[in-house]
Formats: sequence, C-alpha cells, structure tokens
Amino acid sequence: MENFEVAREDRAGISILRLKGFLDAHTAPQFEQAIQQLISEARYRIIVSMADLYYISSAGLGVFMGFIEEIREKEGDIKLSNMSDKVYKVFDLLGFPALYHIFKEEAEAEREYNEK
Amino acid sequence: MKNKMQRFRLKIPSVTENLHLIRDFIIKIADNAGFNIENQEKIALAVDEACTNVIKHAYRFDSRRLIDIAIQTDAKKIKITITDKGGGFDINKIKDPDIKKYVKEARHGGLGIYLIKTLMDEVQYEFNPGVKNQVQLTKFKEGYKAV
Repeated sequence: MENFEVAREDRAGISILRLKGFLDAHTAPQFEQAIQQLISEARYRIIVSMADLYYISSAGLGVFMGFIEEIREKEGDIKLSNMSDKVYKVFDLLGFPALYHIFKEEAEAEREYNEK
Repeated sequence: MKNKMQRFRLKIPSVTENLHLIRDFIIKIADNAGFNIENQEKIALAVDEACTNVIKHAYRFDSRRLIDIAIQTDAKKIKITITDKGGGFDINKIKDPDIKKYVKEARHGGLGIYLIKTLMDEVQYEFNPGVKNQVQLTKFKEGYKAV
C-alpha cells in the first residue's frame, strides 16, 4: 500500500518538495532519497511543504536533521511550510522550531529565499 | 464498555511496512477506550516509535521475528506492553536529545525514546538482551492523574 508521496517542483533556483500521507520509518527513505537527489544536483534552496502530510514520526524528523548542516554549508537551507497543527506539535516537542525556519505558506518561504 | 477492563494482543512481523497497521490498531483501541483524538494520536506515535526501535535495533530488520504488543484498557488508562527477544539496547542509558548537536553531527536518529517519554505518562523498561526486552507505556485518560 502506497501511503506516502513526495512531489517535486523546481522554480528557478528553489526546489519545493510536497509531502503527502504518512512519514514514518517505512516511508522516510523515500523522502531521504528526494533530498539526496536535490543535493546531487546542487539544488540547496529547498522548501518542504507539508499541507497533505498527515503524520510524522521521529524517522521523518531524522531526515531533516541529517542533511540540514550540509545544505547550510552550501549556502542553502531547508525551509518548512504548510504544516498542520498535528505535525507541528511533533516538530515542536523536539525543539525543531529553534533550528528551522517554519512558514505558514510556501510563498513566504520562497520570498525569503528571493530576498537574499 | 468503556469502564470494563479489556485486553488485546497483536503479534506482527517486525517490518516497517506494518507500522501503519500497528498505529491503526492502537488508535481504534484507544478510541474505543474513550481517549480523545489528540491522545489517541499521541499513544499511536509512542507505540510507532517503540516498534520502530524493535524493528531497527532489536531485530535488525529480520522480518521473520515478531513484535508482541499487549494492550490493557480500563476506566482510567491504557497500558501497552511491547516485547521483543532481540539484541536490544539499554534504553535507560539514552540521554535526552540535543538537536543542535545532532544537526552538527548529521545524525538521523536518537529522537524516538525522548518522544515516547514526552508523549506518555509512564514509561518502564526491562532490558534483558536475547531473552526478553520489554517496554511498558501507560497513558491516563483526561481527568485521571498518574498516581
């Protein structure tokens, strides 16, 4: 059963990954692969949009944690947007809001990249 | 029905494909026992984390092994006991995560145990590698405090 999808959209220098479904230890490798693909293409300005993400466990959070340093060293970032309250609570429990830029809408995250 | 003590049991192959089924099973039982949606989801996430640990660390992705999940509900609480007979690791020795440090080290894991402790009211471990490792998670219903 397919219960997780990552859709990618490239807009000029920014790549948006839209997550859908359930992100757990089973589906996290799929998300990790999408991030690794962006890194291999030297696309370091990333927005992860989560409007249709219904669930995240620590395996999903681990993907954010594992690549952010490398991406920031390349002058990039992983900005997060469109989280449901439920998903935000999990990020919040682990202190992620202090380390990641979280936006209500994709457009706000995009604007921040474009202003730099 | 919600006040009666009930027991449930799920023995399921130790594979990440089954995490979805495990969460659905837990949510249905917690719902039946009278937990609100927010708490149903917290309990399911904690059980997901504990089972993920069994799959990855105790059974090291060996799909022939079974995770044993026993659940007991009553008027006040839900108690979930997850048992494995794998290698395991001493969860009591795991420190609370330092996200800043983990990010610097590009770590992918180390968050699950802390989440479990945060989401549940009581967490107990028994660690006996190769014989029986057990984690017991308890959540009290709204209005009932842990004694």
